[in-house]
Amino acid sequence: MNMIVCIKQVIDPEAPPASFKIDPAGNKVVPPQGVSPVIDPYAEYGVEAALKIKDAQGGKITAVSLGTNQLRDIVKKPLAMGADELILLEDEAFDGGDSWSTAYALAMAIKKIGEYDIIFCGREASDWNAGQVGSGIAEILGLPSVTLVKKVEVAGGKAKLERVTDEGYELVEVPLPCLVTVSNEIGEPRYPTIKGIMGAKKIEPVVWKPADIGVEASQIGAQGRRTKLQKLFQPVREGKCDMVEGESPEEAGANLAAKLREVKVL
Amino acid sequence: MAENKGVLIFCETKENKLAAITTELLGCGRKLADDLGQELSAVLVGSGLAELAKEAIAYGADKVYVVDDPQLKDYQTDAYLAVMEKVIGQAAPQILLMGQTSIGRDLAPALAFRLKTAAQLGCLELAIDPQSKKLLQTKPVYGGNAQAVLVTDSFPQIATVRAKAMTPLEPDAARKGEIVKVDAGLDPSKIRAKMLEKVAEKVEGIKLEDAEVVICGGRGIGSAEGFAQLEELAKLLKGAVGATRPPCDNEWVPAGAQIGLTGKIVAPELYIAVALSGSSQHMSGCSGSKTIVAINKDPEANIFREARFGLVGDWKKALPAFTEKLKELLAG
Repeated sequence: MNMIVCIKQVIDPEAPPASFKIDPAGNKVVPPQGVSPVIDPYAEYGVEAALKIKDAQGGKITAVSLGTNQLRDIVKKPLAMGADELILLEDEAFDGGDSWSTAYALAMAIKKIGEYDIIFCGREASDWNAGQVGSGIAEILGLPSVTLVKKVEVAGGKAKLERVTDEGYELVEVPLPCLVTVSNEIGEPRYPTIKGIMGAKKIEPVVWKPADIGVEASQIGAQGRRTKLQKLFQPVREGKCDMVEGESPEEAGANLAAKLREVKVL
Repeated sequence: MAENKGVLIFCETKENKLAAITTELLGCGRKLADDLGQELSAVLVGSGLAELAKEAIAYGADKVYVVDDPQLKDYQTDAYLAVMEKVIGQAAPQILLMGQTSIGRDLAPALAFRLKTAAQLGCLELAIDPQSKKLLQTKPVYGGNAQAVLVTDSFPQIATVRAKAMTPLEPDAARKGEIVKVDAGLDPSKIRAKMLEKVAEKVEGIKLEDAEVVICGGRGIGSAEGFAQLEELAKLLKGAVGATRPPCDNEWVPAGAQIGLTGKIVAPELYIAVALSGSSQHMSGCSGSKTIVAINKDPEANIFREARFGLVGDWKKALPAFTEKLKELLAG
């Protein structure tokens, strides 16, 4: 079983909200100081989905990451978790893309990898929350896709998947090769073991430039965008919280109930 | 393709009626179409739903495309994708709106890539730019830390909209509109991913997304037993219990209870946040709540920046007293 997982380095979404800053002139996010970037948590769910299959029946997992300034210790995390190879699409030409240019570059890289049975993506990434790259790769490569998946079983050239729906979930069967986007319901991704971390240190990521995957600069990154970012802003919070007090937490609790009743919230 | 014109709404149904999100989209679409001076149309895809076309007209549509075929009874990506490609070829809309639902989130991006245009998912606001007449699509990004206004360069401009972000019109049964039947023309061999079975989640009491009151617990609740106390309060207020990510990861509550960017999005009248810090990723799942009330022992917790009413203290002591007092007040 050959599996590919698309991952991404992002600003830590668990960083304190107060550390989040925007450069309004450049319509850009200013990376917070002193907070290390992380692998996008949704992509980690994708890695976990692939590892579960590898645990059950073996296989090879290749992680692919697109971006600039990718810190090796960060993007190697899938290797430390148990993936086998890491390919970095790393070039300034890949920078500033939208879902279109990103999906296109990843699809071309996957084409170059050649052998694959399942491609995993997170259901979206924690930075732009676009939620489109997975479906986009599938359309570009002409593959069937199943999104928002919480369980995967593979047998006899087919995958049986549980797809999260608004009412519960549905069971979907799809022939391989296919693309799967993974949702958080798959369960918490495993932590890398010491052995895994040591093993990852010995694996050198493969770096591909646009020419390596046969794409023109006009098709990728900022030049390949089909979506314009008109404005990026931080919503203004009212920040008007009425604090309810009391001699003891119990009294405060009772006072809070009385307050909510008084203002007719309840 | 002819010049793209008008706004098209992809309808979803629930229990043989238009889903709430669809009536919301029709309300929003009506306004956008009026601003453009163009038509609002709707598309119904499914089996045995011709009757609903009139409902879509009552909620604001000028024209309804109906694609009725037994093979479309349940949502399957490839089938719906083929049908929507056909309908869009015929309707040639400027704008296509869908709900940010398990269907819209699957269909919108795949359709956008197939039609070589772009989609924006999970929008909160939509407006027509007075100069360019393009659709200004506002959506939360960076887990709710920021919002982006995005413009799609190509047609149709596809957007999915979050539940409860828009307001439906009052239905008017006297409204007139045109109903257009479209033949599905499906080739069953093209349906690659097949839906085998639907499993409805057993929900005791009220569904999280439908609840008027949500009690949400965070890491500080500490155990499944702790969540039982939140359940008691939820029962009293006829509400539902949600959680941030850590209680779900620790299996104190089912994964389906998670509220936030990685979980469900709720917008109740009252949101009671207990022992949770209010990370951006969590807040993006509940910031549409009308009133947020927070109980947390850390006065610096971000949740107090978001809340309307706050209590600084140990929830284990404050919450039982809060529940008891409410019982008394609600009985009186």
